[in-house]
Amino acid sequence: MSADLSDLYQNVILDHNRRPRNRGKLPTANRSAHGDNPSCGDQCDVFLRLDGDRIAEITFDGSGCAISQASASLMTTQLKGKTTTEAEKLYKEFHEIVTSGKEPEEISDLAAFAGVHAFPARIKCATLSWHAALNAIKGDAAQATTESHKD
Amino acid sequence: MPSTWDSIRDQFPILAQQVNGHPLVYLDNAATTQKPLSVTRALDRFYALDNANVHRGLHALSMRSTDAYEGARSRVRAFINAEAPEEIIFTRGTTESINLVAASWGSANLRKGDVILLTEMEHHSNLVPWQLIAQRTGAIVRYVPVTGDEGLLDLASLDSLLTPQVKVLAFTHVSNTLGTINPAAELCARARKLGIVTVVDAAQSIGHMPVDVRAIGCDFLAFSGHKMASVTGIGVLYGRRALLDAMPPWQGGGGMISSVDFEGSRWKPSPERFEAGTPNFADAVALGVSCDFLDGLGRDKIQHHDGALAKEAYDRLSELPGIRILGPRGERGGLVSFAFDGVHAHDVVTFADEDGVALRGGHHCNQPLMKKLGLTSTVRASFYVYNVRSEIDALVASMARTLKFFA
Repeated sequence: MSADLSDLYQNVILDHNRRPRNRGKLPTANRSAHGDNPSCGDQCDVFLRLDGDRIAEITFDGSGCAISQASASLMTTQLKGKTTTEAEKLYKEFHEIVTSGKEPEEISDLAAFAGVHAFPARIKCATLSWHAALNAIKGDAAQATTESHKD
Repeated sequence: MPSTWDSIRDQFPILAQQVNGHPLVYLDNAATTQKPLSVTRALDRFYALDNANVHRGLHALSMRSTDAYEGARSRVRAFINAEAPEEIIFTRGTTESINLVAASWGSANLRKGDVILLTEMEHHSNLVPWQLIAQRTGAIVRYVPVTGDEGLLDLASLDSLLTPQVKVLAFTHVSNTLGTINPAAELCARARKLGIVTVVDAAQSIGHMPVDVRAIGCDFLAFSGHKMASVTGIGVLYGRRALLDAMPPWQGGGGMISSVDFEGSRWKPSPERFEAGTPNFADAVALGVSCDFLDGLGRDKIQHHDGALAKEAYDRLSELPGIRILGPRGERGGLVSFAFDGVHAHDVVTFADEDGVALRGGHHCNQPLMKKLGLTSTVRASFYVYNVRSEIDALVASMARTLKFFA
């Protein structure tokens, strides 16, 4: 396998794809948002319970490629317990990782997604769930779609 | 003289390249086919020697260009056995052709409560234009169901679906997702008996099998150049002349009027009425050359070639674990689409690309059908005249490797 492809499908990603964390609806959710990627048909719902400014619980549901499913799964593990401001900061870091391939300063599983940058068509797969999560945090019922973002 | 088949890959220099360190195996022909040298050279030659705007030109180049453009129209007429060149309207492609029928014929003929009958296997391009005109006219869209594991149209349901309210039946000749070849002549005959106008989406059949509009008996037929060894940006709407002459223009501009006053205008007959503005004459010339290329190979031979590769791919892929292959087991168009348990189509396509194998993964602009089949996406391998059996080996090996990785 080429270096690019093994960078893309890292063990962390394969693991989250095989055994997604926090998958399913969240009965106690007080926020949710739907995201879709019209060009490939990937779907992602994010459910979360905001406790004041803090993400107390978060789950996702949806279908898509290994990159999109693993990204959604990993995202839920990263966002749980964070404040909304921290969540936005984390998304900016993640966005930087998947578009530039630069690894984060602090050790983080998000680094597993650095290989995505070599596959520009897959960046949308990695960011879909994050867009939905940010919309849910904002209470923006409008559907997140990768078509309205550059990535 | 050696047959064009013997040296066919030499006609397509794009195929002789390495992708990711492997010989390119191009199996994305249902999306677009490659173009032979005879076509790209004809386009080059046209721009190098003959280019000028068509019609109304009194100088030599314009006359030459007009002759070439109208010659291409006649060539396409012969290619699909239409009665007259006036029945051939050049468009940007299948999508624009269907939009033309829906907007022009539809706005003049559809009323509230009328039924537009489609099938569940339509590409979005033969679905969304009808939904749009239904919204504007109050007509209703209904669908002939796709039935069974093999993805055939439920013809038994036709009698109950063909009600007096049905004004138009629009269907795909060959499904881009299932590979099903629909019985176009039978469908058109049954519709015609009831005075229902028929529209055939021939995007996936035109380059792969004989297509004869009089044998099919359709009123309209739409196709794209780029899926039949020709260039992008050119397509055709065939329409029976009696229908075309009764239809209003759908776009206004130069070239389509017989006279213009400040108070109003009068239109030319078909085809000019439907070709407002400078037409895509250069690509139309290339389309004519593609007709020559395909007839040189023989379209019955092409159908046999592509169908045999698809059948072999179907059989060989069937042996892979966890695979679900869509569409008929027997005769099919030159494509196979399939899904694996637990491995998403886009991951499969990314892995295949690593092996130099170009596939397509996704919903194939067929979202309602995918939902019905309980799928979100499939992988599609589609074949054309230059594909060879050893490329099926490469396809199957790549799929096996991918499955092993994700197991």
